[in-house]
Amino acid sequence: MPIEVLMPALSPTMEEGTLAKWNVKVGDSVSSGDVIAEIETDKATMEVEAVEEGKIAKLLIEEGTEGVKVNAPIAILLEEGEDESALEGFAAGTAPAPQDSADTPSEAPAAASNSLSDAGSNFHSVSAGSDPEIPSGTSFTSTTVRDALRDAMAEEMRRDETVFVMGEEVAEYQGAYKVTRELLQEFGAKRVIDTPITEHGFAGVGVGAAFGGLRPIVEFMTFNFAMQAIDHIINSAAKTLYMSGGQMGCPIVFRGPNSAASRVGAQHSQDYSAWYANVPGLKVIAPYDAADAKGLLKAAIRDPNPVVFLEHELIYGESFDVPDLEDYVLPIGKAKIRREGKDVTITAHSRMVGFALKAAEKLAEDGIDAEVVDLRTLRPLDTETIVNSVKKTNRLVTAEEGWGRMGVGAEIAAVVTAEAFDYLDAPPARVHQEDVPLPYAANLEAMSLPGVEDIIAAVKKVCYVG
Amino acid sequence: MRRFEEKAGQLYGMGLIAGFCHLYIGQEAVVTGIQAALEEGDQVITGYRDHAHMLACGMSANGVMAELTGREGGYSRGKGGSMHMFSRDKQFFGGHGIVGAQVSLGTGLALADQYKGNKKVCATYFGDGAANQGQVYESFNMAKLWNLPVIYVIENNQYAMGTAVKRASSEVELYKRGISFGIPGEQVDGMDVLAVKAAADKAVKHAREGNGPYILEMKTYRYRGHSMSDPAKYRTRDEVNEVREHRDPIDLVKKLIMDAEYASEDDLKEIEKRVKAVVNESAEFAKNSPEPDPSELYTDVLIEA
Repeated sequence: MPIEVLMPALSPTMEEGTLAKWNVKVGDSVSSGDVIAEIETDKATMEVEAVEEGKIAKLLIEEGTEGVKVNAPIAILLEEGEDESALEGFAAGTAPAPQDSADTPSEAPAAASNSLSDAGSNFHSVSAGSDPEIPSGTSFTSTTVRDALRDAMAEEMRRDETVFVMGEEVAEYQGAYKVTRELLQEFGAKRVIDTPITEHGFAGVGVGAAFGGLRPIVEFMTFNFAMQAIDHIINSAAKTLYMSGGQMGCPIVFRGPNSAASRVGAQHSQDYSAWYANVPGLKVIAPYDAADAKGLLKAAIRDPNPVVFLEHELIYGESFDVPDLEDYVLPIGKAKIRREGKDVTITAHSRMVGFALKAAEKLAEDGIDAEVVDLRTLRPLDTETIVNSVKKTNRLVTAEEGWGRMGVGAEIAAVVTAEAFDYLDAPPARVHQEDVPLPYAANLEAMSLPGVEDIIAAVKKVCYVG
Repeated sequence: MRRFEEKAGQLYGMGLIAGFCHLYIGQEAVVTGIQAALEEGDQVITGYRDHAHMLACGMSANGVMAELTGREGGYSRGKGGSMHMFSRDKQFFGGHGIVGAQVSLGTGLALADQYKGNKKVCATYFGDGAANQGQVYESFNMAKLWNLPVIYVIENNQYAMGTAVKRASSEVELYKRGISFGIPGEQVDGMDVLAVKAAADKAVKHAREGNGPYILEMKTYRYRGHSMSDPAKYRTRDEVNEVREHRDPIDLVKKLIMDAEYASEDDLKEIEKRVKAVVNESAEFAKNSPEPDPSELYTDVLIEA
């Protein structure tokens, strides 16, 4: 059976080209790897190598022909032992045409883009479950956020041998912010690993260990340094499950303080909430109080997916009541209504929740009854709780510490506008950091960061007060 | 491997394989020799020029070819493509498209081996181009610091895309790159499968016995362009032909077999025939396997807890 040589595609986008030169003539024997022709595209001149062995029986396209379509037959080869009689009845171009892949996958993207409600997206939290009942009579212990995080890690390390923690200064130094205090003493150097200052490398080592069957907790001294490692967080941890058709789970937690500390300048003060919450394949958690910090970190360590766990240095030392329960695990993807109200919904996460609660108290003095929704998880986002709250209050203020453009508040405003447009009595308002790198000077830093007064002003604006 | 890659090149030319497609033709002795030194349970990870590594790990030609055509029967059910295939079953951990990323990941796999105390090693392959990435040295440092069981196999095929090693590397002897970390390194003729196997045996033993990482620099050569869309104008045809004619890894093995009379010309032709049949079947499978169901768009983003 004679073999057709087809015009090859030489790049992902090539559709046609010029057959510039034949390097063989009829009667020549060729074997795989021999250069048989040169082809010019708008980008380059490429050599065409023979793939099969045989003798050139016919050249179907003349040298210099322009606009030869990809997959058009350009020559015919005779296989070993065949002579020209094999060509009888063999019409070039009758070989089954390869499937035109350009028009086949149209259904799926259409289904996605037609969907107003973002169907199929894993951005929205779906039935995340609710917080466990705390039995009446349960005692509470006042605990700092720092110790609650530590307790969560210690409990999970006791429960599961494959859980370990790695990062800069996590072991002998007891943690740059003392979050890993005493873990080395209890679990030893095998499970509490001091790394060199090498974020890109140790994030990749952590992801590799997770592929290898362990459950690493990778601590970044701050998420500012995780920018060096973000390739592994996104390209290696978040995407590999999908790219492997579901084979390569990556159970890993990336945790550490996020956002502004105090007077540490622009490079040490960024809020990455919106960055990570943008990425499918990740879960993103940003708790406020100690009970949530503990319950959600335990959930994050048990989760089979990569989790980015954003803490806040300025609330590490704050104390909150934590229930004295043996195994306090909270659902990922569930917001919490911290204060019920009927006049306006304020959404916030991490440290901003405290500011939102303070703002609500002051607003109450002015007769405005604010509802405060603590997002707790940013991906998947509990849009149901947010939208239901706005349907009740008819007004929305979002509060976040990061920059506003393309931010968490922008996303929430878009979701609420799409899903509760008819319930809104005012355009949503966003509270966020000023659109500048964070300055060092005390007065400028204070001006740049959002606070209680900014939330109050935004609430008054959407309530058309003052 | 070579027949598989030639077929992949052909299917690319027909538009059945799209996007990026990096062929391994010329470098076959490297992965063949290294894999021969590994035992079951050892892990393998590499970059984007990964088709032959998968075949050497025992993954099926059908599954690899169908992934190249983006079909349901592919190893990633069509969602990964040429650079992103995996098999937990065969301990093949990818298939990574970011140059150098697999070096940190492979070091992490070795950390998991040491943690579990399973006496396994991880073969981590990367090219002369990746050898200039910062995370490679971050990984070398940690691997030696903690004596992790990892073999770093540098496939030095002389060109990082279009840039010759000497134009990109201040030290072109890449096996020396571990010196400042205390990691032993060796340069090997990567066109000679027996030389590769001998060096790999030594490196694997070193790592398996708890002595830490080992670097093997494989001097090899790729006959084709960096990817299908690379016209390879940065080197002469004569340079390629010289290697093809005098240093081809497959011709060398053929000669060894014939000289030692392990097999006759006819025996080899028979083997060649069987290989062609497997490759042709994989191409048919890859053409006929359906495209993934549209519902697949939304699956495998997260594992349901």
